[in-house]
Amino acid sequence: MLKHKDYLCFGILALVIVAIPLFVESKYYFIVLNVIGLNTLVVVGLNLLIGFAGQISLGHAAFYGLGSYFSGILTVNYGFPLWPAMLVGMLATGAVAYLIGYPSLKLRGHYLVMATLGFGIIINILMGELEQFTGGHDGLMGIPPLTIGGLAFDNDLKNFYLIWSFVFFFMLAARNLLNSRVGRALRAINGSEVAANSLGVNTADYKVKVFVLSAMFASISGSLYAHYITFISPSSYDFYYSIQVVTMVIVGGMGSLWGSLFGAGILTFMSEALHVAKQYHIIAHGIFLCLVLVFLPEGIMVGIYNFFLKRKTRKVIN
Amino acid sequence: MDFYQQIFQYIITGLTIGAIYAIVAMGFNIIHNATGIVNFAQCEFISLGGMFMYSLVVLFKVNLIIAFFMSMAGVSLIGALIEIGPIRHARSKEIIILIFLTIGLSEVLRGAAQEVWGTDNVGVPAFSGETPIHLPGGAAIVPQHIWVFAITVVVMLMLRYFFKKTLMGKAMRATAVNRRAAALAGISVNRMVLFSFAFSGALGAVAGMIIAPISSTSYDTGIMLGLKGFAAAILGGYGNFAGAILGGIILGILESLGAGLISSQYKDAIAFFVLLLVLFLKPTGIMGYGESERV
Repeated sequence: MLKHKDYLCFGILALVIVAIPLFVESKYYFIVLNVIGLNTLVVVGLNLLIGFAGQISLGHAAFYGLGSYFSGILTVNYGFPLWPAMLVGMLATGAVAYLIGYPSLKLRGHYLVMATLGFGIIINILMGELEQFTGGHDGLMGIPPLTIGGLAFDNDLKNFYLIWSFVFFFMLAARNLLNSRVGRALRAINGSEVAANSLGVNTADYKVKVFVLSAMFASISGSLYAHYITFISPSSYDFYYSIQVVTMVIVGGMGSLWGSLFGAGILTFMSEALHVAKQYHIIAHGIFLCLVLVFLPEGIMVGIYNFFLKRKTRKVIN
Repeated sequence: MDFYQQIFQYIITGLTIGAIYAIVAMGFNIIHNATGIVNFAQCEFISLGGMFMYSLVVLFKVNLIIAFFMSMAGVSLIGALIEIGPIRHARSKEIIILIFLTIGLSEVLRGAAQEVWGTDNVGVPAFSGETPIHLPGGAAIVPQHIWVFAITVVVMLMLRYFFKKTLMGKAMRATAVNRRAAALAGISVNRMVLFSFAFSGALGAVAGMIIAPISSTSYDTGIMLGLKGFAAAILGGYGNFAGAILGGIILGILESLGAGLISSQYKDAIAFFVLLLVLFLKPTGIMGYGESERV
């Protein structure tokens, strides 16, 4: 169920999405905005896992990549229809995530980090080596743009509407999920796993399901990316991408849905701005991440909000 | 060379690389036992060890033995600074936050290393020449491999002595078992955590220095080595010291056999595939017990 505040927020988001093309004209900004949208999709899913189930994945680049490559390979090499290919990609990615998540989430501790990390590296290597399917390190070219009826999403503006509609509806779905019984169970797990367990929440089961869901979000985003850019290569799906999306979750605020949008926005923008000074990218990224984690562990938005809120309450007490 | 000689050669290479994974895995375990976190900056300790060694030996012509200990001290100082600064002053002590913090720190260190040394691969001279020693049966072994074994064994023995016999080692073990009880017994937990970071810095540096002459080194060599060291730690049972050695050696040998017999492109994939299999069949690792939590 959505609350009144949610209607307001999603209303504003819809308005902003519709209004942006009225003010922005440069093709470059549309590309940046589209990448922000794609990253937001991944980050919203990943935040469900990190912020609500308290588990770390360092392999989301692989799920993102699986979406891209399923869409790419099925449509280019086998002439699959576009939307079903995307669906197949999503379901297959979900199934793989289940296989990885099920054994490693039964236990407490850092087993999922290792499993996802290893999986991410394996998938990245396979993308480069299975040349007859993936095109190897040169990548896969000529992926057709998505179409609805006769309308092909073949330029930046059309893709802007497509990608951001996905962002809108998936964020809505995530909000709905978090306000439901499932969301309350997840929050309980994050508060105390033992307490949640003793109250009848099957914690392992919920964690696996959230992990699968977050992998599917990443897969959808990957498919959209493949059809938008029409060219994919293994370097887009390496370990650094996994770390980048995790950073976006943290900067936006773990467990904050709107923070995901903020985190994806600010970090995508930052890496675009640093494009000219590429050698400083890693260090800037790292310093930013450290500062946020040391001083504002709740994320920038929530952290600043809490800061002002606390000051207000202190005033009242005084 | 016949087939068996070849296998023998692969096993020697595997043991060498496995010994290095074992040292790295030890570094992960020490910090895990003291704090409960995964320290991803361990990867950078390895790179820094190799690069310090390169600067001292090749650029400043320092004596090899002195350079070895200087790099070790340098990296262990960096490890200590990481703990005194960001880790200790983080406003949230949640494990997940601290793990991410080590990822951030590792990016800062890697970025800084890239600024200082650039992105080129550089070589470090072998500790005692490059002439291979021929073993009976036709296989050959490069002296540096013997150095790797010898240093690994010495490091392991020293660690064992430290943790079993010295007061400080016992205090660190007590902290690993139960922080609060250790604090009540008069152990300064903060200082133990600080030492654990300094120690894993030194261990990372050793790993980076002894492998540098075998495969050249660069500002980011530590990433793959570090991640595989982490894999070795998990494989053996996270936090378990004997497990770290076993995990490292198994991983090293399988990787080397896989690279030789199947395909060298899949080398890294094979190592991580084995790891996923183990996680699937016995998620607590070969010698691990899993974690339980008191409420």
